[in-house]
Amino acid sequence: MAFKRKDLIGIRELDAAEITEILDVAVQMKRLLEQNGKKTPHLMGKSIITLFYENSTRTRMSFELASKYMSAAAANISASASSVQKGETLIDTGRTLDRMGTDVLILRHPMSGAAQLLAQSVKASVINAGDGMNEHPTQALLDMFTMREKLGSLDGLEVAIIGDVLHSRVARSNLWGLQKMGAHVRLAGPPTLLPVELDKLGCTVSTDVDSAIEGADVVMGLRVQLERQQKGLFPSVREYAARFGINEKRIKLAKPGALVMHPGPMNRGVEISSAVADAVESVIEEQVTNGVAVRMAVLYLLTRKEAL
Amino acid sequence: MDVILRGGRVVDPANHVDAVMDIGIENGRIAAVAPHLEAEGAVLDAGGMWVTPGLIDMHVHLREPGYEYKEDVASGTRAAVAGGFTSVCCMANTNPVADNAAVVRLILERARQSGMARVYPIGAATKGLKGQELTEMGELAQEGCVAFSDDGKPIQSGQTMRLAMVYAGAFGRFIISHAEEVSLLADGLMNEGVTSTVLGLKGITRAAEEAMVARDCILSHTLGLRVHIAHVSTRGAADIIRHYKALGAPITAETAPHYLCGTEEMCMGYSGNARVNPPLRTEDDRQAMLEALLDGTIDAIASDHAPHHRDEKQVEFALAANGISGLETSFALCKGALVDSAMATPAQLIGWMSARPAAILGLEGGTLSPGAPADIAVFDPDMAWKIDPEAFYSRGHNTPFAGREVAGKPLHVFVGGRQVLQNGKVMERG
Repeated sequence: MAFKRKDLIGIRELDAAEITEILDVAVQMKRLLEQNGKKTPHLMGKSIITLFYENSTRTRMSFELASKYMSAAAANISASASSVQKGETLIDTGRTLDRMGTDVLILRHPMSGAAQLLAQSVKASVINAGDGMNEHPTQALLDMFTMREKLGSLDGLEVAIIGDVLHSRVARSNLWGLQKMGAHVRLAGPPTLLPVELDKLGCTVSTDVDSAIEGADVVMGLRVQLERQQKGLFPSVREYAARFGINEKRIKLAKPGALVMHPGPMNRGVEISSAVADAVESVIEEQVTNGVAVRMAVLYLLTRKEAL
Repeated sequence: MDVILRGGRVVDPANHVDAVMDIGIENGRIAAVAPHLEAEGAVLDAGGMWVTPGLIDMHVHLREPGYEYKEDVASGTRAAVAGGFTSVCCMANTNPVADNAAVVRLILERARQSGMARVYPIGAATKGLKGQELTEMGELAQEGCVAFSDDGKPIQSGQTMRLAMVYAGAFGRFIISHAEEVSLLADGLMNEGVTSTVLGLKGITRAAEEAMVARDCILSHTLGLRVHIAHVSTRGAADIIRHYKALGAPITAETAPHYLCGTEEMCMGYSGNARVNPPLRTEDDRQAMLEALLDGTIDAIASDHAPHHRDEKQVEFALAANGISGLETSFALCKGALVDSAMATPAQLIGWMSARPAAILGLEGGTLSPGAPADIAVFDPDMAWKIDPEAFYSRGHNTPFAGREVAGKPLHVFVGGRQVLQNGKVMERG
């Protein structure tokens, strides 16, 4: 009973016991998922809304399916098809949904801090499904779940996270979570896509992808938005792939059997080569399955307080 | 004499006075300052108080015309006197922009009708703050503009800045530079550093400020013309100013209370009230601002009072308007950082907040010399209070210092001999 929060805003504010509890519950949930009839009564009578201000396939669908598997009433709102288009503020949208009796609001938003702002303004539990460059806590939880499942424990792991760290909420959430769980994180990417003073945060920082991957237990690629080239942040896809991409040659530097991960969607041939993404070491597709289990666990833990 | 302020600690750096004295006011002017004055008219007991020249804030946004929902001349000058200020200089980024005589006349008319403190407009340096064509500075100076600035929209073209400095100089005026190289802002929202990295907020490199401070200092040095650098916030900017001042360039500079008392850590939690431009910096920069005041590199403290409506601040950090409502907290915050910390004397503080701004702008006031306008503030230097934005006279309740315990509060303020603040309450206009 470590996790007693109203909201899941970020991994930064969690402690190791809370993370462990979520991962442990997710193990149970994964078992349920592997049964034939995927239906549990955990969220019976609960209403869950996904409120997405950015496009998403896997995060949104996995939350929606998690809700439905657990018998919740689930609905979704896209910013493009709502009052947001009429200029409604996030707080007003949140309060409106609150008044409709929503139990859990799942927010994806392009601006850092948005989930916290919403959580402060509504009675419903808020799950951050990605806010700007800040955090994407359920992604980090499913990543940690996958690593723990495959490698036994997170303690002492060497995890290399490669690519556009600057803009990556996945990198931030994983950094906080992995460090709390005793892993060591190495961050590497183009110098223009590494945030300043990263080295003050207890991780290893490098622009040399080879050295970051060398001896790693896990190699995680990050999506790079190709439009960033126009802003001058990297010179070309060709150079990005050659200098900073995860390819067959580089992955050989990792520990034998090292996991290959990616939060998706992938730019094949840019930050990760198809040969690596599709290799046996790749757990990219399992990450998706685990995402549903982890989100079921989070939904359960956030709503169980009333049941107690 | 109409009023005697009895037995206060008179802090008047312009006259090198820091002693218990009586001050007599007659016909709106200071009649006498002496150890003892015979009572003729009303007597106000100032025992235990500081009696100072009214504070002068050379950088505020009164928002009128155009943004009266944020502030207007009436509310902004009420906030001013509640903060111990008898004069404020208002920036030109109104709507319409104060780039022509009509808008300047309107502001001064509003000040006459509804103002509590003296209002000195700062005219736009370029039409529409667009950084291209110069404003009619000759006429604007004649109408009462005390300086020119595109504050809020930094002048990017070096040639335009040069021409503005040269042209303003012909009318005995100078340019106040909001020094930021806009291309280096790169959509940044807060100071670039470990905190921005942790929060996942895009950072603003200190180089954005420092590169432009360097340009304007070099222009001042090369042309031999005055420039005033607004809201200095980084150690590097202070170092550049120090360097060019040492070379003899006629540069003056100000910093703001929030750079003396706040750091980027205030952005943790993503409160829109911590969003300001230039952004709150690091503890090292804060120390550098204190040092730069103490060694004379920075001449003045100005609040950059930037009131905003709640709706513009209670939003996502990236959508929050830039600025802090500062008039009513400036004295206590600065006194805390500079005097209570024993780094500076009360006389130095009043120098930065009154005498120096008056001298920089050539304003009356900033002094308690007999014959000067009776612009006077009486502070209880020890009164402890907690900053409560809901109690502000300003319409802008936006401050990251809400809840902070501070000491020192203005009790009485006189503007031209007329009392406008009594026991900490703004008086009605008679």
